[in-house]
Amino acid sequence: MLVIIQNAEPVSHSIIQVSWLDLGLAFFLIIIAVGISLWQKLGLAQRLVIGAIRTVIQLVLVGYLLVYIFALDRWYLVAATLVLMLIVATRAAVNRQGRATRKLLMITGAAILVSSGFTVLYVSTFVVRVAPWYNPRYLIPLFGMIVGSAMNAAAIASERLSSEFAARKMEIEAYLALGAGYQRASQQAVRQAFRASLIPTVNGLMVVGIVTLPGMMTGQILAGSSPLIAIRYQIVVAFMQAAAVAISTAVVTLWYRRTFFTSALQLKPSAIEATA
Amino acid sequence: MRPASADRRNKSLEDIYENKAESAKSLKALKTGSSPPWITNPHGVCKGLEPVLLRYALNPMTDPLPIPTAPASAFTLKRVRQQKEGQTILDEVELDLPAGEIIALVGPSGAGKTSLIRLLNRLDDPVSGQIFYRERPITQFPVRELRHKIGFVFQAPVMFPGTVRDNLDVALELSGDKKDNADDRVAAFMAVVELDLELLHRDGDSLSGGEKQRVNIARALLTSSEVLLMDEPTSALDPETADRLMDTIRRLRREQRLTIVMVTHRLSEARRTSDLVIVMEGGRVIEKGRTIDIFEGVTNPRVRAFFDTGK
Repeated sequence: MLVIIQNAEPVSHSIIQVSWLDLGLAFFLIIIAVGISLWQKLGLAQRLVIGAIRTVIQLVLVGYLLVYIFALDRWYLVAATLVLMLIVATRAAVNRQGRATRKLLMITGAAILVSSGFTVLYVSTFVVRVAPWYNPRYLIPLFGMIVGSAMNAAAIASERLSSEFAARKMEIEAYLALGAGYQRASQQAVRQAFRASLIPTVNGLMVVGIVTLPGMMTGQILAGSSPLIAIRYQIVVAFMQAAAVAISTAVVTLWYRRTFFTSALQLKPSAIEATA
Repeated sequence: MRPASADRRNKSLEDIYENKAESAKSLKALKTGSSPPWITNPHGVCKGLEPVLLRYALNPMTDPLPIPTAPASAFTLKRVRQQKEGQTILDEVELDLPAGEIIALVGPSGAGKTSLIRLLNRLDDPVSGQIFYRERPITQFPVRELRHKIGFVFQAPVMFPGTVRDNLDVALELSGDKKDNADDRVAAFMAVVELDLELLHRDGDSLSGGEKQRVNIARALLTSSEVLLMDEPTSALDPETADRLMDTIRRLRREQRLTIVMVTHRLSEARRTSDLVIVMEGGRVIEKGRTIDIFEGVTNPRVRAFFDTGK
């Protein structure tokens, strides 16, 4: 429970404001990246500049949008924001695939919805006990972080499952020829996809705080919170991500695998070849 | 039991055995349920194994061994067409594959041999036409049940992860067998495919090509007791290993009373091993008949030309 957080000592000195002029100076860093790209003839300079401009525009818009939503403090606006985040995440995950079918869109959407929905609901109800339940200051950042993880997991899982099916075509047919069901025939492929999707999260849990300082925790500290508060939130978020990644991966692999088989338990050539 | 089918069974048993005396002896053994002669002395292979155990392995569903009342034909194909990427692979194929025989499918590459046998246990379905297994449309069998009758051995042996024993356990698990006699069945089938029991603990990938193919056959036989489909099972093997595998195949047909349909590109193999030969070309059957008739007497110039290039 994070009730104790309220009693934690606030950090005494005030937060340093970053002015627009300061941001302009930060832009110099992008120019270094562009310079290196030009020097090595990577052909990425233009994309880097566009990317930098988009970063500025998108984040400024999001900033104002959040201010607006926080100020209005209406549950339906929060809900609409969450749904929008879900749709964008689903599209982004599916667009990474070679085989972006309507079915995959549905599966990915369901995976992200179920995994992020469940974990955020659990944490906001039992762990952080957000009040009111739709408090946008908590719900939107938490959901954003979890949706990101669930989206990555869903994308990796479906991508890996496709390539495992292509690589293991013979093995899967050998199982089918022995009279196996699709679950047994695709067991190895599913396991590999599952592992590929979960391993980054597991590795992340191993090194967090030692090799990397998570962005959220760093942000809270920069914004003036005590590191002791920041780590508690970070622990909660790390666990949420682990659960969301596992749930998202499970939904994707266990549902998506069925689409590689016909009702007569034959491998669909179209499904295999599109990814090969 | 219909007397007609019993007669047919007797007749095919007589065909299997060169001399009538032995045939009569084994028939009697079959009917009384005592061990047939091949169980106590199958080329010295099963020495030391309990005959009862092996008999169980031969046919776990029914003990003692019954006299099958199977219809004479295993598969019947009617106007079967198959297409892949818009190209016709099989063109109105009509075939009757009799039960209890070794049937070799030969022909130049691209003739549709592999595409044809893949239809028989529904790894693929034809675009049109009908296929019957034991006089029943194969689409009427639940597909997993069908594949539990009809095994498939692929051109390149496929080893599942783990040891040889793990590989055979997959088949035991899929055949829905109880755990208590698993060791006995595994031992029996290792003997059937002439593999040393010590191999059971070896990693599947460390086996030689011939050993892997034998494990694949044992795995197929553990789940599928009636038909064995084989897609060029010896193509990755050296001639000597291939010959030994073919001897095993002949023995299997005799002892397990299997129907075996095999695709082969080695004409000598078809000639030595099979009872019937089907010659295919361009998705059509251009000749079929008893092996001896096809190789000795056929006058069809296209078949002769194919045989001459294959020599």
